[in-house]
Amino acid sequence: MSLYAYLTLAALVFAIGLFGVLTRRNAVGLLLGIELMLNAVNINLVAFARFRADVAGLVFTLFTISITVAEVAVGLAIVIAIFRVRRTVEADRLDLLRG
Amino acid sequence: MDLGAHAPLLVLGLPFAAFLLLAVVAPLRRAGRAAGAVSILAAAVALVAALGVWRDGARRTLTWAWIPADGGPMATVGLLVDPLSSAMLVLVTLVSLLVQVYSLAYLADERAPSLGRYYTYQSLFAFSMLGLVLSPSFVQMFVFWELVGLCSYLLIGYWYERPSAARAAVKAFWITKLGDLGFVVGIVMLWGATGTFEFQALFTKAQEHALAIEGLGTIMFLIYLGAVGKSAQFPLHVWLPDAMEGPTPVSALIHAATMVTAGVFLVARAQPLFALTPEVLTLIGWVGAFTALLAASMACVEGDIKRVLAYSTVSQLGYMMAAAGAGAAYASVLHLLTHGLFKALLFLGAGAVIHAVGTNDIFRMGGLFRVMPQTGVLFIVGTLALAGLPPLAGFFSKEAVLAGVWEARMTWPFLMLALTAFLTAFYMFRVVFIAFFGRARAPGHPHEAPWLMRGPLWLLAVLTVLVGLRLGLAGGDAQHGPGWLAPASVAWALGGILLAWATYQRRAVDPARLAGTFPLSLLDFLARRRYGLDALYDGLYRGFILGFSRLIGWIDRYLVDGVLNFLSAGTLRAGDLVRRIQSGQAQDYVYGVAFGVLLLFVWAQWWRR
Repeated sequence: MSLYAYLTLAALVFAIGLFGVLTRRNAVGLLLGIELMLNAVNINLVAFARFRADVAGLVFTLFTISITVAEVAVGLAIVIAIFRVRRTVEADRLDLLRG
Repeated sequence: MDLGAHAPLLVLGLPFAAFLLLAVVAPLRRAGRAAGAVSILAAAVALVAALGVWRDGARRTLTWAWIPADGGPMATVGLLVDPLSSAMLVLVTLVSLLVQVYSLAYLADERAPSLGRYYTYQSLFAFSMLGLVLSPSFVQMFVFWELVGLCSYLLIGYWYERPSAARAAVKAFWITKLGDLGFVVGIVMLWGATGTFEFQALFTKAQEHALAIEGLGTIMFLIYLGAVGKSAQFPLHVWLPDAMEGPTPVSALIHAATMVTAGVFLVARAQPLFALTPEVLTLIGWVGAFTALLAASMACVEGDIKRVLAYSTVSQLGYMMAAAGAGAAYASVLHLLTHGLFKALLFLGAGAVIHAVGTNDIFRMGGLFRVMPQTGVLFIVGTLALAGLPPLAGFFSKEAVLAGVWEARMTWPFLMLALTAFLTAFYMFRVVFIAFFGRARAPGHPHEAPWLMRGPLWLLAVLTVLVGLRLGLAGGDAQHGPGWLAPASVAWALGGILLAWATYQRRAVDPARLAGTFPLSLLDFLARRRYGLDALYDGLYRGFILGFSRLIGWIDRYLVDGVLNFLSAGTLRAGDLVRRIQSGQAQDYVYGVAFGVLLLFVWAQWWRR
């Protein structure tokens, strides 16, 4: 399979993730969308590492995965904290910073 | 150390030291009477030193460079001691001391801090007036000229809680400033033409006929304007009667004996320069005589004892100016000195009366001679001196003035002054007959003033008599007028006294009917309205200055503020519009970012092509 197939897959996954981030009303859905976008990047990194025979891409991917884990942990903690205070995780209603 | 050379410095320095002490050491100032003691002590020592300077009689000049410039100092400060300034020194320190002693009793009811404030101002005034008198140059004179103006403002407004006093203080300040404007322009123009402010240098040039400057007449006229404001000459005399809102001792010191005579002093000091411009001198003489007559006519219808005295001061200042305008500087200064004595006496006497009865209105006094015989006698001595009866001081100086004006062939001013002499005797005895012998009963229980007040009165009265006797015995250079002048002036004075006696004592003439006959009725009508001058100034003030201020206010409010308000309103509105972008929802921002990135992609694609 050519590199372009991987890149197209990554672009698709990224687009789906972005769509999720933009349209999901639930904060947990937002986090899932972000996960998808990050994994699209991972696919890109792994694909380039494979086709360029460069290990650095794999190392970066490992980093990204661990950072993603941390991000999910923090993100969910924030969502829970928000839920405790506001009794909701609807993104539309979390607008305290409105100008 | 040569004490003689430094005595003038001592005279000047002591009141200043007292002022500094009282101004800086607040507890001492707030102590009231202690502050008075400090001020009085300084004035007393200054008087002794001034007497020493006067007895010494030497001409001295002490100068220090003040504004250094490439070609020698541009201006100097210093002391100029000559017979003119040393005589003024004695007058100023003497009246200053007596007034300060008198004030201790007169203002006994004041709260201690305000009394301390009063004495602080008094010391500052004494210093400023002495500095003015000793000035060797126009610049220094101007500085002290303004300082005495400031003190006058502060002391007129001493009871600043009273709106009328505060208004009078502001009025006095602004109207004298109007004249001072001319003064400062004049001295700067003179400096531009000659390159010096020094009196000595200017007089030397004048003697050598090296002062043939283009427009010297204008310059001297402008300098004279300063004197018009300060010495309350027509048409800037309106501030002086209002200045009576201040405490009576202040009126005696500043608005009778010393500060208001600064204008006369200026004309006398710059006599060699004024002598070069006969047309300005003639103007000074005419304005002086006219002022004398105008003020005397207003004094005849005034019912407030202090305002009568104020108008009589304006009138006598007109006398001095007329003499100066006629070239009789000696007579002018002589009248200044004797007037300083007996007018201070009259004011302090009036103060004793006001202190006793608690009103300024002469029609509410009456029969005071029986309850305050000493004050009555002293007041009558002052009145006789002002009316110009021999052998009191006023007679000789007044005659010298009249003689000087007659010699200068100024017939109309002479006639005006003669009529003024008659009116002076009339209105002063009108006050005496109504207040001291009238049938009205004064409210309360009037009593003789305390010794602290009577002492200065006695001293001034004795000096008035002694100076008169001295002048009468010396005779000589004062009396060079025609032989008929002395009997004639006595006759005018007696005529005035007789008319006042017939009108207000015997009631042979009804004052209301006297004022009702035709030419007098018109005068009475005008004089009671102060010839509309106050109204004119008021109108000018309201119409011109307030109108101008309103215009400026409108421009500020609607043009300047308008632009700013428009800008701020636009900013607010724009902010209102733009802030909707800030929805507070993270998703909207992500939309924005995604859309922006999309745009960048499109743009990058298009640009690459």
